[in-house]
Amino acid sequence: MSEAAARIEEAPAAVTAGGGRARRVRRFPWWGALWLVLGAAYFLLPLLATLQFSLRVGRDAYGLDAYRKILADPFFRDSLWLSFKLSVYTIVVALLLLVPTAYWVHLKLPRLQPAVEFLTVLPFVVPPIVLVVGLLRGFRWTPTWFYGGYLLLVAGYVVLSFPYVYRSLDAGLRAIDIHTLTEAAQSLGASWPQVLFRVIVPNLKASLLSAAFLTFAIVMGEFTMAVIMLFNTFAVYIAYVMETQATGAAALSVISFAITWLSMLGILVVGRRVGGRQVQIGGVR
Amino acid sequence: MAELTRAPERAATLLAGVRGRRNLAWVGVVPFFAYAVAFLLVPSFSLVIGAFQSEEGGFTLRFVEKLVQPGTLKAYWGSIQLSVVTAVLGGLFGLLLAYAVVAQGMPGWVRTVATTFSGVAANFAGVPLAMAFVSTIGFTGIVTRFFRDALGIDLYEAGFSLYSFAGLVIVYLYFQIPLMLLVITPALDGLRREWREAAANLGATPAQYWRHVALPILLPSLLGAVVLLFGNAFGAYATAYALTSGQFRLVPVLIGQVKIGNVLSDPHYGDALALGMVIVLSFTMLAYGFLQRRAARWQR
Repeated sequence: MSEAAARIEEAPAAVTAGGGRARRVRRFPWWGALWLVLGAAYFLLPLLATLQFSLRVGRDAYGLDAYRKILADPFFRDSLWLSFKLSVYTIVVALLLLVPTAYWVHLKLPRLQPAVEFLTVLPFVVPPIVLVVGLLRGFRWTPTWFYGGYLLLVAGYVVLSFPYVYRSLDAGLRAIDIHTLTEAAQSLGASWPQVLFRVIVPNLKASLLSAAFLTFAIVMGEFTMAVIMLFNTFAVYIAYVMETQATGAAALSVISFAITWLSMLGILVVGRRVGGRQVQIGGVR
Repeated sequence: MAELTRAPERAATLLAGVRGRRNLAWVGVVPFFAYAVAFLLVPSFSLVIGAFQSEEGGFTLRFVEKLVQPGTLKAYWGSIQLSVVTAVLGGLFGLLLAYAVVAQGMPGWVRTVATTFSGVAANFAGVPLAMAFVSTIGFTGIVTRFFRDALGIDLYEAGFSLYSFAGLVIVYLYFQIPLMLLVITPALDGLRREWREAAANLGATPAQYWRHVALPILLPSLLGAVVLLFGNAFGAYATAYALTSGQFRLVPVLIGQVKIGNVLSDPHYGDALALGMVIVLSFTMLAYGFLQRRAARWQR
């Protein structure tokens, strides 16, 4: 009781002495820190364990054997190269499709915005496993160069990238005054392609780059659609290695994780340099 | 004078020009809508056709009937259970972590690190994720060995297995919790400090503040996030593929088997299974829409 009384007596003093400031200095949230430490343990332990496992060469001996073996495997390079190509194609197609659309909808057709938004988040509701089965069924009649080549796979990856790319572009377009920029460019005699590529796109650099990095990370790790369509992408190769050599799969997991990390760091750096808050959202499958 | 009389005429031609351009504005979005129809809507509708089609092209109910066989129902039930459990647990832990991250007094860099890491972890799936947990709580994983050597407890003899339901839940949470953190942090930012202070000034305990102020405000966002998590787990194939070698039946794994397996190949059955997933997800979305409207009713 005396303690409570003392606190009540102190309170006005604190308010008068420090004004609003004294109250704003809060105690460090210890319980929150405890949760974060527990969370960090759950999230970091498996990563460290994978790293340790990938370095194991027999009982209590460590070395880089697994990495050496993987790097020497021609299938590793082929699969990594294939995934890299697929992600570049996906980024190019997704940006060519969505940048003009997002710009045009924001500028001229704001009433269509909900429809476009709905279609771009639909891939969150339709899982890749369903999408790939549908693509294989719906495009059965197409010629082999399309059906059997990786064009159909890229088409599917572009759909997967819709939510991420559109959200990023949407945030970027909201942050700049596209109406004034467009009018200014047009009054100086710019044509539509010039407005888009020389005025709008340079102003969207940060959101374009973060969309590209995120799409890159997703395609580099995508397994579901690739394995059902029978392509030996990087993720499919890791699954193949896991069946025969565990340490090799661990080494590949470390490499795969590093690729995702670098992409995310790319987004962070881009976001910081431009000063805008980057938009990103997760999503696996 | 001549200028003035010609003004209406000029206005009319200007208007016509504006209207004409406006009428053509929709042309700019044709490529996007065409793409979405071709690669998003056509595939979805093809599933419906494929599911009711026999190998020869005629109409059949054979594959849809297969959906209600005990084995298939068990796979759906397993998938739904796993998705519900990981959506609820992931939602709870994700919310707690997000709350800790945005708590007052927490240094700003914690938030940057947590959201960036969540971006990575939410996209970390499949074999690499499975491998990470094999190295941790697999039969020879470091945690398993720690329990066995240091504490004398054999987890696997005690009935635990990475390849069981409980094991899958632990692995799925690795991408569910970060996803929750990413989608719920903006909603937590929306909780204003003044509300908590106002509640405290009126004599509310923290528990009362949560029960009567914070939770009702957060409820629509929480529901949305948990539904997103459900869909995320329900459709996850890569991780399930790497960890369930036939022991625990899940729908995506079953689809994979009938689509790529040489022995089990049965593509139309795969269409029916995928259609079943769409139906489950549609019901989830409907339930979500209903709950959302109820939860948000008083906010208007």
